[in-house]
Amino acid sequence: MSSDVEAMYAEIILDHYKAKHHSGLRDPYQAQVTHVNPTCGDEIMLRLALDGDRIADVSYEAVGCSISQASTSVMTDLVIGKSVAEAMELQQEFTEMMHSRGEIEPDEDRLEDAIAFVGVAKFPARVKCALLGWSAFKDAAIQAAGSREGQE
Amino acid sequence: MPDSQLTTAVVENLGNGYDVAALRADFPILSREVGGQPLVYLDSANTSQKPRSVIEAISEHFAEHNANVSRAMHTLGAEATEAFEASRTKLAGFIGAAQPEEVAFTKNASEALNLAAHTLGASLKPGDEIVISVLEHHSNIVPWQLLAQRTGAVLRWFDITDDGRLDLAKAEAENLINERTKIVSLAWVSNVLGTVNPIRQIADQAHQVGAVMVVDGAQGVPQRPTSVTELGADLLAFTGHKMLGPTGIGAIWGRYELLEKLPPFLGGGEMIEIVRMTGSTYARPPHRFEAGTQPIAEAVGLSAAVDYLTSVGMDAIAAHEEHLTAYALARLGAEPGVQLLGPSDAHERGGAISFTLATDDGEQIHPHDVMQFLDARGIAVRGGHHCARPLHERLGITASTRASLYLYTTTTEIDALADGLAYVRDFFGGKR
Repeated sequence: MSSDVEAMYAEIILDHYKAKHHSGLRDPYQAQVTHVNPTCGDEIMLRLALDGDRIADVSYEAVGCSISQASTSVMTDLVIGKSVAEAMELQQEFTEMMHSRGEIEPDEDRLEDAIAFVGVAKFPARVKCALLGWSAFKDAAIQAAGSREGQE
Repeated sequence: MPDSQLTTAVVENLGNGYDVAALRADFPILSREVGGQPLVYLDSANTSQKPRSVIEAISEHFAEHNANVSRAMHTLGAEATEAFEASRTKLAGFIGAAQPEEVAFTKNASEALNLAAHTLGASLKPGDEIVISVLEHHSNIVPWQLLAQRTGAVLRWFDITDDGRLDLAKAEAENLINERTKIVSLAWVSNVLGTVNPIRQIADQAHQVGAVMVVDGAQGVPQRPTSVTELGADLLAFTGHKMLGPTGIGAIWGRYELLEKLPPFLGGGEMIEIVRMTGSTYARPPHRFEAGTQPIAEAVGLSAAVDYLTSVGMDAIAAHEEHLTAYALARLGAEPGVQLLGPSDAHERGGAISFTLATDDGEQIHPHDVMQFLDARGIAVRGGHHCARPLHERLGITASTRASLYLYTTTTEIDALADGLAYVRDFFGGKR
């Protein structure tokens, strides 16, 4: 009866929801942003640290549903250690997948655990939840990269 | 499918001839399924469902009488104008207004409250005080914040007690309503906690210091017999879509002597008397507050909604609500992990029942997750802050899940909700 919803809450999602990789706010950082989902009050404060062009750390404190929390955890696994350009490409791919209504076949080699969210994309009301952490990351990356260029 | 007959087969007779099954048959949407399950609609505080008579009245208006009102002089224009004004008269009677001219149509309750803030605000000065409460819907907070910013007036707040009632003792200790108070604006019934506020008592205090009492009736008017004189309000805002009517229409009621003194809100067609290049004069209330083409078909639909509510009887609807609220508080309160918000007693309490849910390990389950699992079982509830973020902050939570009841809700639906919550709790608790 509830197979769709149970499929949406895939094991990977629930595992990340419980574990919340890289959570907590850490120093140093070059950008700090706060994003909210105004319909439900979910919030994330996210910090981003760069080492040259590499993303050295993404740390965050967030309140929200399992989808937004798990998605943020998966995102940090994916982007830490990558260049800003690579991470922004992943952000773009994830966003496209979330807006596909579940009809895109995601690339597991690139998106890894994030492919679990393709099931969430079938529920339009929850797409925003899955994108909350990713949007905060994008915003922070733009700010951090901008301030780095300003210094150079 | 034995389940699909469940809700319609239940006849709940309160001993006064209130027959839920018969009422439900008037609402086409209540017989549909969601995700292969019979719909259990517990989101009426968000918007109510519509009986066939309302749907047909709107359709008939467009099919047979459609024209603009007041300015179209032909036969159709006269018919549309008559229907529009008849709706005003009916609505005025429904809330016990002294005359139809005390009712102005708006888009919704939010617009009605913005109208109140704009027009009353025209005479505010820096240092004047506006009093609201922490349990308000954003639509009874933000217009006053904007007004305070524009005028330099000070916004002050009623707090609540642990049981979710207005903290009157604290208000008195703080001298909350005083000689500087110009406006007091409160919800009649909380959309989150269900609390019925003691409007009469607070209106009397407001009037003693010469303040205007504004009431947000969005949740109260659909559920309780309304007499504006007994209520004690000077202005009352409410909306059509929560009382079986269509979206896009609401109203503000005001004492005529007060309305007459208020300046216009929006400028445009129909709200004027004479327009000259050097300046304009304005129509008398209610038309002063109705700029532009009005929601005419919506007014016709709202009129049919009022007929429906009247035929069932507002006393019976309120009694059904209290009966169901008591049942829901007991049934949900007994469910492990459920923490109910708001007054624990169904008396002087509306049928908005908000709660949080935790697993057996005490882990909170986010309302979005609760809502999603219930939706998969055909149960429609709302998860989030219900446009009352300051209230949730005051309660120390970011969001809650809300089930809200109306005249067509059954105890079987409350049971389905309770069973659904047990399922969600066990899923997230790792028992499934």
